[in-house]
Amino acid sequence: MHPVLKLVIQRLALGLLLLLAASVLIFVGTQILPGDVAQAILGQGATPEALANLRSELGLDEPAFTRYIEWLSSALQGDLGTALSNGRDIASSIGGRLQNTLFLAAVAACISVPLAIFLGLLAVRYRDRWPDKLISAITLTSISLPEFLLGYVIMYFFSVQWGLFPSVSNINSGMSFLEKLNAVALPAMVLTLVVLAHMMRMTRAAILNVMQSAYVETAELKGLRRFTIIARHAMPNAIAPIVNVVMINLAYLVVGVVVIEVVFVYPGMGQYLVDHVAKRDVPVVQACGLIFATIYIGLNILADVISILSNPRLRHPK
Amino acid sequence: MNDEFRYLLARAARGSLDRRAFLGRAAALGVTSTVATGLLSKAVLAQGPRQGGSLVMGLQGGESTNSLDPALAASQVPFSYLKVSGEPLVNIGADGNLQGRIAEEWTASPDATEWRFKIRSGVEFHNGQTVTAEDVAQTLRRHSNEDSQSGALGIMRGISSIAVEGDTLVLQTEGPNADLPFLLADYHLMIQPNGGFDDATAGIFAGAYKWVENEPGVRHVLEKHANYWDSSVGHFNSIEMLVINDSTARNSALQSGQVQLINRVEPRVAGLLARAPGIHVESTAGRGHYVFIMHCNTAPFDNNDLRMALKLAIDRQDMVDRILRGYGSVGNDMPINASYPLFDESIPQRQYDPDQARFHYERSGHSGPIQLRTSEVAFPGAVDAAQLFKESAAAAGIDIEILREPGDGYWSEVWNVQPFSASYWGGRPVQDQMYSTAYLSNADWNDTRFFNEHFDELLLQARGELDQTRRKAMYSEMGMMVRDEGGLICPMFNDFIDAYNDQITGWVTNPNLEMMDGLAPVQMWSAE
Amino acid sequence: MKGMTLSALLGLFITGLFFAAAILAPWIAPYGMSEIVGDIWEPSSADFWLGTDNLGRDLLTRMIYGGRNTIFVASAATAVSFCLGSILGFTAAVYGGWVDQAMSRFNDLVMSIPTLIFALVVLSVMPVTLPILILVMGLLDSTRVFRLSRAVAVDINVMDYVEAARLRGEGQRWVIFREILPNALSPLVAELGLRFIFAILFISTLSFLGLGIQPPAADWGGIVKENREGIVYGIPAALIPAVAIVTLSISVNLVADWALNRTTSLKGGRGA
Repeated sequence: MHPVLKLVIQRLALGLLLLLAASVLIFVGTQILPGDVAQAILGQGATPEALANLRSELGLDEPAFTRYIEWLSSALQGDLGTALSNGRDIASSIGGRLQNTLFLAAVAACISVPLAIFLGLLAVRYRDRWPDKLISAITLTSISLPEFLLGYVIMYFFSVQWGLFPSVSNINSGMSFLEKLNAVALPAMVLTLVVLAHMMRMTRAAILNVMQSAYVETAELKGLRRFTIIARHAMPNAIAPIVNVVMINLAYLVVGVVVIEVVFVYPGMGQYLVDHVAKRDVPVVQACGLIFATIYIGLNILADVISILSNPRLRHPK
Repeated sequence: MNDEFRYLLARAARGSLDRRAFLGRAAALGVTSTVATGLLSKAVLAQGPRQGGSLVMGLQGGESTNSLDPALAASQVPFSYLKVSGEPLVNIGADGNLQGRIAEEWTASPDATEWRFKIRSGVEFHNGQTVTAEDVAQTLRRHSNEDSQSGALGIMRGISSIAVEGDTLVLQTEGPNADLPFLLADYHLMIQPNGGFDDATAGIFAGAYKWVENEPGVRHVLEKHANYWDSSVGHFNSIEMLVINDSTARNSALQSGQVQLINRVEPRVAGLLARAPGIHVESTAGRGHYVFIMHCNTAPFDNNDLRMALKLAIDRQDMVDRILRGYGSVGNDMPINASYPLFDESIPQRQYDPDQARFHYERSGHSGPIQLRTSEVAFPGAVDAAQLFKESAAAAGIDIEILREPGDGYWSEVWNVQPFSASYWGGRPVQDQMYSTAYLSNADWNDTRFFNEHFDELLLQARGELDQTRRKAMYSEMGMMVRDEGGLICPMFNDFIDAYNDQITGWVTNPNLEMMDGLAPVQMWSAE
Repeated sequence: MKGMTLSALLGLFITGLFFAAAILAPWIAPYGMSEIVGDIWEPSSADFWLGTDNLGRDLLTRMIYGGRNTIFVASAATAVSFCLGSILGFTAAVYGGWVDQAMSRFNDLVMSIPTLIFALVVLSVMPVTLPILILVMGLLDSTRVFRLSRAVAVDINVMDYVEAARLRGEGQRWVIFREILPNALSPLVAELGLRFIFAILFISTLSFLGLGIQPPAADWGGIVKENREGIVYGIPAALIPAVAIVTLSISVNLVADWALNRTTSLKGGRGA
């Protein structure tokens, strides 16, 4: 078997194992959340009998291991259970929200990743001259502002003052693709600004790092254009750290946007999760945790595989 | 005002001339747009409600955990959608008098222990079934049942039997209860087919609007129930409620015209929002109050001198000014204010008095910091209010240590658990209900751990007392007890502050609860 | 300090100014930290240079004390995350094999749970004190540093000069601190500046969720939050701490950029 293929398969297997470990962690973690689920459902006026009844109904009196196995096996079959707080089926409630979250993340990623890499390359090309400084200053400013402030400021200008985009990003299944794009314009803009700087700066730093290498010098002596050297010779060798940072930011776009969802009233996963954490709705928290972990680990494996493929020394070990 | 302008005004009011065109033509006639707008809204009001159009609301207080089961409603969004889609037995009007809804009329036995409600005929549920007395009885039975976990359980406890005689509902109460019909106006008690025993979350009610789409925590869409019995309300064709929990986002949505009606405007920005063109901010004095509660049975708060010291060490007027920006009134360490029937105006107002506070504090013998738990969710501005409290108490030599708790879990882990915390009460329609909910020794939500036998006796006596003068005297005595011995520090009563833009009109002041007691969407109408 | 560029000097100067203000807070602040001195949201005047905040406290005073908390917590948390993350990351890369696998996968496991949710759970179980806040932030952040430093170190580890060092018989410690660390410094320093900003933003997010620094003390993010309702009505109280965060961030990163250039030239690239 080709060593790279072996490495890739190894990573995939490890990823699955990791997912299993994460499921244990999530299960245990939700058990130590303060507060009792039964108490949280019944609220203030709960009698001891009602509490005991509900506990046995929910299976809370069974040993933890049994509950874990039952939970995992039904989750694998796509059954995430029902929410304790409102009795709705979790899989169907999450479905739409997960789609919304992925949609927003995808829009933001489609803008921010190419833009960040392009700006990074540009900054290296004009290193220490005004384009570099300008790009640096703008991206630093955008990253230094608390997200909600960025959100409010953008909302104030683009929605309240100029009326260009809606301030409430309310999307539903009846809307066309363009209508949806219009609805998520503001949150996508904020998210782009939030993740842009990190990726751009890492691109710049990583490329500068390899610009010192002998082969770049060779390329320069060959008389190639500077931008070609950066994009064709330096960039591929700087891919590992860039991919890592891109991956971290993609994961952030999926799992870390609670604040943006609150500000723009976007019906995504984050808000859903926070609401249910507040209600101690353990099945929902577990389900969301599992989904987030899957997305995260998936992106991780992807980043690792790309890093392996991009490093000739790893691709052809001595 | 010349004839041409009058003609334009009439056309605009009828809607055959649109608003923008009207303002333009008015300007051409030399009438400023402020004057023209004012005259137009008057003319529109005089014209009477316009039918049609759709209403979009932006509301705070919705979560993705919300259920359509009226028993489980606790926050503003479920309250709003129940008020719009459901129909109760009775409503409390803006004037404080009862209005019959499903109940056409009602009578009490002379000792106020038996109440008979005649059920209105020809009222239809959203699924086409006719509302019967049996449906009403079943609804009340379900809310009496411990399993339903109903928010109205406390109200139903006093009812000993629920029976049906033809088209009449007969209720027997355990003791005399002169206020029973007021209690039945509670928003949990929306009538459902077979009382909701078949499927409480089906969303089938008898109100003006029926369900189209329900996405908890995101949006709720309702449309006009074509066979609704009362043609005087329900003017919009459809109502969409967007859950917008963030206050700045809510204000922006109103200003950019994405929504026409919002609740819970922050007092701090209400004045600023009102200055925006085309926005009306309505503030309504109500019965809701912001409080700091001490457990009377837990050290150090089991010492009345310490409690009194803390009560004297809070600057009420300063809180009304800074936290409510004047949109409210000072409290008097009792849960009752002038919005309640039978309120005794002669009870003296407690003032901020650091010297007296110091005197009581020293007499209590306590020393060291006193921990006060607060959170953003306790009430709007609760963290700020705690800081003001800390400052004013420091002047009396009392050291308050603020512990800010996460909003997540505050109501289950802190309120009614920790001995000193910030909280709020929405108020109740009558004094009896407020006291029974939180001050009776065995009340479910006795969150100040107030145990006083004499108080309990008085409360039961007053409940059956039909002589209003004697009843008022009893309530006055009870108020004084809570004020001077209880664990309640009540610095302020908040106004409800709602706002709408000039695409809709027909606002009426209603002191019962926010948004015209939740009825703004069914009573207001489209202005364009 | 020789050969510092003008921008780096400026960055250093402003950063120094912020740190000095933080340290000297009790002496330079015009009013008491939680003292109420005026009406709500007063515009700036001779008495209140930056105006007053949402409760009528002097905003300049709040900013100085808030900066103290912000800078202290962010610096401490960043230090924790870098020491821990980079050393563990290099170790994983240098040892390779199952050590690397075990450490990397454990790191992935911790990272796979969203940071915010993790922090929420941990902080709701433990009391919110400054040391715990710093530790939680530092530990959670160190996973990111670990990932990056490992990725960088893996690439360096297959370089010829590392191999040469190994053939010379140098120990793993020597390889980590003398070969990997200097060569991995530039991306790490670039990251350090950003991590510092992220630490500031993370405290403000925690304050947003009610888990940060306890009132009446505040951090800059907390002051933004306290005054945010005024933003859309043109009241600048929320923008001032935001400007402070931006200024500090840019200053720190100007210094970081200079350090980046310096380390790359130290490395002795071509022409040296």
